[in-house]
Amino acid sequence: MAKPIRNGFESMKKDFFLFIGFSIIIMMAPRFFAGGYLMNVLVFVGINTMLAIALNLLLGYAGQISLGHAGFYGLGAYLSGVMTTTLNMNPWLAMPLAALIVGCLAFMIGLPILKLKGHYLAMATLGLGIIMYIVFNETIEWTGGPSGLSGIPSLEIGDIVFDSDVKNYYLIWSAALAVMLFSLNLANSRVGRGLRAVHDSEIAAQVLGVNARLLKVEIFALSAVISSLAGSLYAHTMTFISPTSFGFNFSIELLTMVVIGGLGSIYGSFLGAALLTLLPEILRGANDYDIIIYGALLILMVMFLPGGLVRGIPTLYRKIVKVKSEANHA
Amino acid sequence: MLEVSAVTQIFGGVTALENVSFSISKGDITGVIGPNGAGKTTLFNIITGIYKQTAGRVILEGRDITGLPPERLARLAMVRTFQNIELFGAMTVLENVMVGMHTKSTSGLLACALKMPWSISEEKKIRKGAMKWLEFTGISELADHTAGSLPFGKGRLLEIARALAVGPRIILMDEPAAGLNSHETLGLAQLIKQIRDLGITVVLVEHDMELVMDICDRIIVLNLGRKLAEGTPREIQESKEVIAAYLGDDD
Repeated sequence: MAKPIRNGFESMKKDFFLFIGFSIIIMMAPRFFAGGYLMNVLVFVGINTMLAIALNLLLGYAGQISLGHAGFYGLGAYLSGVMTTTLNMNPWLAMPLAALIVGCLAFMIGLPILKLKGHYLAMATLGLGIIMYIVFNETIEWTGGPSGLSGIPSLEIGDIVFDSDVKNYYLIWSAALAVMLFSLNLANSRVGRGLRAVHDSEIAAQVLGVNARLLKVEIFALSAVISSLAGSLYAHTMTFISPTSFGFNFSIELLTMVVIGGLGSIYGSFLGAALLTLLPEILRGANDYDIIIYGALLILMVMFLPGGLVRGIPTLYRKIVKVKSEANHA
Repeated sequence: MLEVSAVTQIFGGVTALENVSFSISKGDITGVIGPNGAGKTTLFNIITGIYKQTAGRVILEGRDITGLPPERLARLAMVRTFQNIELFGAMTVLENVMVGMHTKSTSGLLACALKMPWSISEEKKIRKGAMKWLEFTGISELADHTAGSLPFGKGRLLEIARALAVGPRIILMDEPAAGLNSHETLGLAQLIKQIRDLGITVVLVEHDMELVMDICDRIIVLNLGRKLAEGTPREIQESKEVIAAYLGDDD
């Protein structure tokens, strides 16, 4: 059963068409849902997709955990927010500037803490997230503290002001699709292979000339930059931010999205983000039981779809088809 | 080619290596043998930058490489394989070898993610080069399989292909025949000779005496952390000290 050797060019073409198809579906979606409350939720799916991809690059590809990613997300949001309100900066300038600051910060923090492994890295990043959360709360003269920061300007392109759910949907999803394409390219490149190699056997990767330490720090910084951009976009679409959106709970939620969606899969991160963002809305009808159902579903999914949704759904589908065809034969 | 000079390694209170010196000539296949616990793997770990020795130096092609990390040594054309093959199990066979081409390519994070023209042409070059080494080791038909699903013998060949992709002038193999059946060991002996014929210096730690005596030009014997003997296979076979170390002394 020798499999045909994968032609590099053909698999590249397949990946390209998959992405184009996905983009078309995403961009068509508002035609069906426009106007409703769902539109607002889908904006959040876009933001969470970016965040889940950012964390997945670190966790799923490089194999390094972070329990503090909500902090980078918040830092992007607050830097953008403060620079455009107090300092009156143009949002289009504030966003990349915020991302640059967050990227440099993450790089410098990453140098020492990414020497840690496993549980110790989890603890260090957890601490990092908590520190950033405290900073958002306590630097009241800048951030407004627990009562939040309001009056953040919406983004504008010429005469178009991004102030409605539908417009925001296109804005956020353009960014999310760009992040997706960027990450897909990265994953299938020498850098992506280096990351996966470090994940599987750091020592072997080093022996082959991969500078594992630098690569881990680079991807940590990149992951923080993407999170920061998502945070800036969040701030400018919501025009109001408060620290509760960027706490430890949200770091864990991001982690859950990545694991449920599928570690090391970019499309998996979208599935995880979509499911975890939509699920609370779907379960809203279940009143007080929603949180129990939510938790139970997560447990069941981890038990029965261990590779995440992106690998689990096809496997499950094949199983069901097999059972059906066996039933037909009997 | 490679010079090990007065290397000593102490772990806690245990002296794993004591004042070991030898040199390896270019183009040779050199075997490092010795009973269990002689310090062979420790020696390899020191040469390849995984451990930092307590004392002594390692010189590669006239350059002091003492204390350099493994990724720097790969760029100086030194590479190694592991006793328990260290494959990237979740990646395909071809991708494993492509990682071996890492030092032969330069595209950075942004160039890769933005698919710059030069990174695309580099990617093609990497794929082609990797395929060449799969053909060299005779496992090209497995290119698309997941490395983790390979039987042990094929995994060993993959690890060697991946190491060769680095473009080494010297390759160190830690027990390459461990876990192989006799048929696979014969193939391995052939492959190691072919590697030498490419002009690559080979150093191997090995327990399979038949293999060592068959392919090695020179042999270094370690015992209890010290160099016991050094010479051609014939000299080693006739050495009384070596026989005593392996079989025990009569007295």
